[in-house]
Amino acid sequence: MEQTKVLTQRIRDDRAPVWIDDYINEGGYEALNKALSDYGPTEVGPLIKEAGLRGRGGAGFPTGVKWSFMPRFEDRPDERPKHVYLVVNADEMEPGTFKDRMIMEGDPHQLIEGMIIAAYAIGADMAYVFIRGEYVECQKNLQRAIDEAHAKGYLGDDILGSGFNLKIYLHMSAGRYICGEESALLSALEGRRAVPRHKPPFPAASGLFGQPTTVNNVETICNVPHIVKNGVEWYKSLGHNKDGGTKIFGASGHVAKPGLAEFGLGVKLGDVLEHFGGIRNGRKLKGLLPGGGSTPFLTPEHLDTPMDYDGVGAAGSRLGTATMIVFDDQTPIVGVLKNLEHFYAQESCGWCTPCRDGLPWVEKMLIGLEEGRGQPGDIELLDLHVKLLGPGKTFCAHAPGAMGPLEAGLKYYRDELSALIPDDATTLSLTQAANANPL
Amino acid sequence: MAHITIDGREYDVDDTENLLAVALSKGFDLPYFCWHPELHSVGACRQCAVKSYRNDEDEKGMVVMACMTPCSDGGRFEIDDEEAAEMRAQVIEWLMTNHPHDCPVCEEGGECHLQDMTLMTGHTQRRYRGAKRTHTNQDLGPFINHEMNRCIACYRCVRYYRDYADGDDLRALGSHNNVYFGRERDGAFDNEFSGNLVEVCPTGVFTDKTLGAHYNRKWDMQNAPGICTHCSLGCNTSPGSRQGVLKRIQNRFHGEINHYFLCDRGRFGAGFVNRDDRPRQPLVRNADGVLEPRDMDAMRATMEEVLAATTGMIGVGSPRASLEDNYALRNLVGADFFTTGMSAHDQAASLAGKAALEAHAERIATLREVESCDAVLVLGEDVTQTAPRVALSLRQARRNRHLELAAQNKIPKWHARAVRDIGQYNNSPIFSATTQATRLDDIVIEPQRLRPDGIAELGFAIAHALDNTAPAVKQLDDDTQALVDSIAATLKGAKKPLIVAGTSLGDPAIVHAANNAMKALAAANAEARLFVTFAEANSLGLAMMDAPDIEQAFTAIENGTADTLVVMQNCLYERAPKARVDAVVKKAKNVIVMDHSLNRTVGEAATHVLPAGSFAEADGTLVNNEGRAQRFFQVFIPDAPMQEGWRWAADLADVAGRDPEWAGMDDIIDAIVADYPALAGIKDAAPSQSFRKFGMRFPRSPHRYAARTALYANVNVRERRPTVDADSPLSYSMEGYYGEGQPPSTLAFAWSPGWDSNQAAITRFQDEVGGHLKGGDPGTRLITPGTDTAFAPADVTRVDGWQAVPMYHIFGSESQSARAEAIAERMPEPVFRVNAEGAKTLGITPGNDLSLTIDGETHAFPLDVDPSLPDQTIAVPVGMHGVCGVRLPVGVEPK
Repeated sequence: MEQTKVLTQRIRDDRAPVWIDDYINEGGYEALNKALSDYGPTEVGPLIKEAGLRGRGGAGFPTGVKWSFMPRFEDRPDERPKHVYLVVNADEMEPGTFKDRMIMEGDPHQLIEGMIIAAYAIGADMAYVFIRGEYVECQKNLQRAIDEAHAKGYLGDDILGSGFNLKIYLHMSAGRYICGEESALLSALEGRRAVPRHKPPFPAASGLFGQPTTVNNVETICNVPHIVKNGVEWYKSLGHNKDGGTKIFGASGHVAKPGLAEFGLGVKLGDVLEHFGGIRNGRKLKGLLPGGGSTPFLTPEHLDTPMDYDGVGAAGSRLGTATMIVFDDQTPIVGVLKNLEHFYAQESCGWCTPCRDGLPWVEKMLIGLEEGRGQPGDIELLDLHVKLLGPGKTFCAHAPGAMGPLEAGLKYYRDELSALIPDDATTLSLTQAANANPL
Repeated sequence: MAHITIDGREYDVDDTENLLAVALSKGFDLPYFCWHPELHSVGACRQCAVKSYRNDEDEKGMVVMACMTPCSDGGRFEIDDEEAAEMRAQVIEWLMTNHPHDCPVCEEGGECHLQDMTLMTGHTQRRYRGAKRTHTNQDLGPFINHEMNRCIACYRCVRYYRDYADGDDLRALGSHNNVYFGRERDGAFDNEFSGNLVEVCPTGVFTDKTLGAHYNRKWDMQNAPGICTHCSLGCNTSPGSRQGVLKRIQNRFHGEINHYFLCDRGRFGAGFVNRDDRPRQPLVRNADGVLEPRDMDAMRATMEEVLAATTGMIGVGSPRASLEDNYALRNLVGADFFTTGMSAHDQAASLAGKAALEAHAERIATLREVESCDAVLVLGEDVTQTAPRVALSLRQARRNRHLELAAQNKIPKWHARAVRDIGQYNNSPIFSATTQATRLDDIVIEPQRLRPDGIAELGFAIAHALDNTAPAVKQLDDDTQALVDSIAATLKGAKKPLIVAGTSLGDPAIVHAANNAMKALAAANAEARLFVTFAEANSLGLAMMDAPDIEQAFTAIENGTADTLVVMQNCLYERAPKARVDAVVKKAKNVIVMDHSLNRTVGEAATHVLPAGSFAEADGTLVNNEGRAQRFFQVFIPDAPMQEGWRWAADLADVAGRDPEWAGMDDIIDAIVADYPALAGIKDAAPSQSFRKFGMRFPRSPHRYAARTALYANVNVRERRPTVDADSPLSYSMEGYYGEGQPPSTLAFAWSPGWDSNQAAITRFQDEVGGHLKGGDPGTRLITPGTDTAFAPADVTRVDGWQAVPMYHIFGSESQSARAEAIAERMPEPVFRVNAEGAKTLGITPGNDLSLTIDGETHAFPLDVDPSLPDQTIAVPVGMHGVCGVRLPVGVEPK
């Protein structure tokens, strides 16, 4: 199936970064010029809303709607807070996800241009890119791109004579998965522990340093220049169904040709898998996590699922980051779940009890099952955790996310998991268990 | 107001509150950990799960955390819900996966919130089979013990320490199920309010090390309602004892003073009560200068001789002793021969403070009220060192701006992290002028460092800027005038401005300046408040006793009108320079001292010593800095012949043939009130000794008080009859009436069914959680409005050249607590401080000794550079290391 290259159109085959001259030659910063000259600051947001752009970080919240929550100070400049912030979430740490990295390494100006337009649209004067610590190449390329943009007058004071000012700063994360949660990201950016914040208040009301803030994912922001440049109708036409635009899909795991590819939203799961060469070594698909480690399993029966927000939702999972982790039919599911839960247990920030103390227990039960030390009742205990680590019961979405694949695993592979409990296993007393089970 | 339903019962509640607070106020048993009435909600522990229903049709409902749920109108909630109860029990099971279950050896056992909550949720059976994670503990100094394995990661400690007390050296470290609450390395906590961690921690991670040193369970303690004697604020305490040993000081909730928190001096400073060197027998100094014990009969004979032969007695009272003790002394020596025991400058400043309070009787801020003020001017006081608890209140005052910003953004006041996040560094304005840098400077706008006269002048100038009929001071330079104008404008623009001043610099002009500023402010704003701090626990009470200062006592001896000094719980060497005291003592034929500690006066000057009880061994009334008379009660009966100071004074009067016939506290209080109508209110500070509820006294011990019978089993298997308290309506046992309707001033400890921890059990005695005590917060305000006084003249005493100013330290400057082992460990090394220029002028390399003569008394301490000090100003460590009787501020000539 042919790719629809929009966000990846300038990415070189050899991955050499597109610097500013090439970027401009290939149509870059035209959208910025257009936004600043043809649209007032409050007119870009509605355009994005109309285009139906949804957050590419995984939650799929409509971007234009998010921007519309930002307080406006055009009519009351006296009340304008010291700063209004745009924060780009480049802390790409979802297991199996590496799409933002490709953009930031290969086409950093696309992100910069998108940020300038987005900041203009929400009235921000300061922007941060909160970037994953390990993304050293991205950091280098982005910093150079920022400097180049500054030198050309795309950043700084009075951008292109419009009177609009913006500064962009890079912030290298010290490295925790939870920093990808937007409110934890803000805490980290303030120099505090990366603990999520309760909503409300939402960042638009009280965000970074207590000021109005919008947090967007890298890929989301990169859509903005294309919408401004080519219009809403064009953008909507890129998708196969209701959701407009393209999405960078990825595949890792047991596929023949792992990597990234860009398709219009709504492409069939089977077609995406086929693009990545299908299951390697001639094996069959056992299941896949369609959008990163925290999205519930899809199985061979879901190959016709349209890969857009509603389509994957209807199949019982989430589009997430659309970078799938694929497992062949010889993969023991308990190992998959154990690895995932190990990751989520380790990455819990430790703030709320269910997540902090529940996830390690889940992990230990899965280790026990894998090592043949399961006991009657373990499956039911896992069910209980799925229930009590669900949305609303924990402080943020981390633990419910961790329960996504576990819940689907218990649903689709229950017999396989139950069979891991030895037939002669009995419930041990705590003392017996402690002696027999030195985890 | 909101109309809500909880478990089918309907309530009209405050819609600005969260559901957990409301449920607790309404008496529901809803378990919680991370929430605290002063720290509010963060939703971390997930323990207070309840079921919330959207509307009447909603049958499914959803589980929400009560602490994060606003009480909006029409809300329908179920605590008694299967799914919510399952969640609550499961949270305990999760917490217990790593908890060591070491209750039998844990100091928290018996007053552990975690034990209570575990029981409340019904979790009993452990299903987790894995190993527990363990931690290494830290040595946190002499106050607090650290046992991290018990931690359930509720984050209360860091939220209290960092977000409430503004401390920095306790952090949450690590992550996931390996969060560690500790310091970067071993060492005592830097913050002066660290001891509250002991009560804030819901389990045994942070425990009281001074209790641990001679541990027993809460249920085995005999307590009494206490008043802290280590500064003038009158924080309410609950001292706990067993078998005549004072075990610990715990917070006793008072809705207008300390509410949930104490300072570390108050909490850990009571160790002096247990010292071995205390006088416990009557003592007489022999020809060799050694104090010898006497039995009571011999002592009576001795005192008969002494009193028969005396040509005149002069009494030295004490601003740290109760009104009763002082009054009994006054009765003994005669009204004309009683002195307050305060130094002349302390008395002058205290009287100025009293006058300021009288001028603004309607505007005296309680400690609690300080927290609600949105602009503050502190004149002269380094409150963290002189009246520590108010520093913690001022730290809350600065957060009013956070609450304002939160309200503008519709963030409820209880949403602690959101309030903090939006507040950031936007504080309510606090201005302060002190002689040197203080521990409050981090929240002060442009802290001013001036000599005492400069501080007074600044205050007068602000008063003048607020009201130009207030006397002006000399021409100020432009910068100062701009600052004065900005402070005045800020105070004027505030909803509830506050002026804080005190007597610690010994300069009445500072109090006069505060008085003027207050008068100027109050004319335009009825909400303006005044807070005056005094030197000691009963300074204001003594100022109200209308007696001359200690000078008169010294003069009486010096000029021979008296030959016998009678001292009540005071140390002469703290009130005047050593040379003067030595001369007076030498000239006096007798120095009779009634005291509880081996201070310098007892050790070096006394000819006769009568062992008086400390606060723990006596009842009495103290008047705090707001003029509130409060009663403290005897915690335990000391071994005879030790007895209350007032009983010794009464016995001496009897020896002199004038037995006042006071059978108990009621009699002496009646006598005081008869002599001092202004003190009439002390009668109502607590119920009379004959007061009973349903015919019952009020217990000093919890009803589970164990081993009362076994304690003396080796002597007599039968139970000994508890001693009957002649002075108060309290019993020396667990018998009596405890609970609803008990006068709050008689509440010796906090307990209620299912709630054993101090900070949680008190809820059942409050009108609403965190509010006031049912029946009214204890104590009676004595200050009555004086006549409307004119502005004070803007007179200051200027010293040319070098000036010595006092430098206080929370640990050491107060003489009683300095004798407590734990406090002594934290006492700083003595230094003189000057600024860099000063060190250069003196030609002394910092670290080398400066020898300084003040008031004829010479001390040599290392010189330390403090760049904040004004020029030619030497900060002198007072109250410790022998520097106690000097008169400061004073001009000096360093050589």
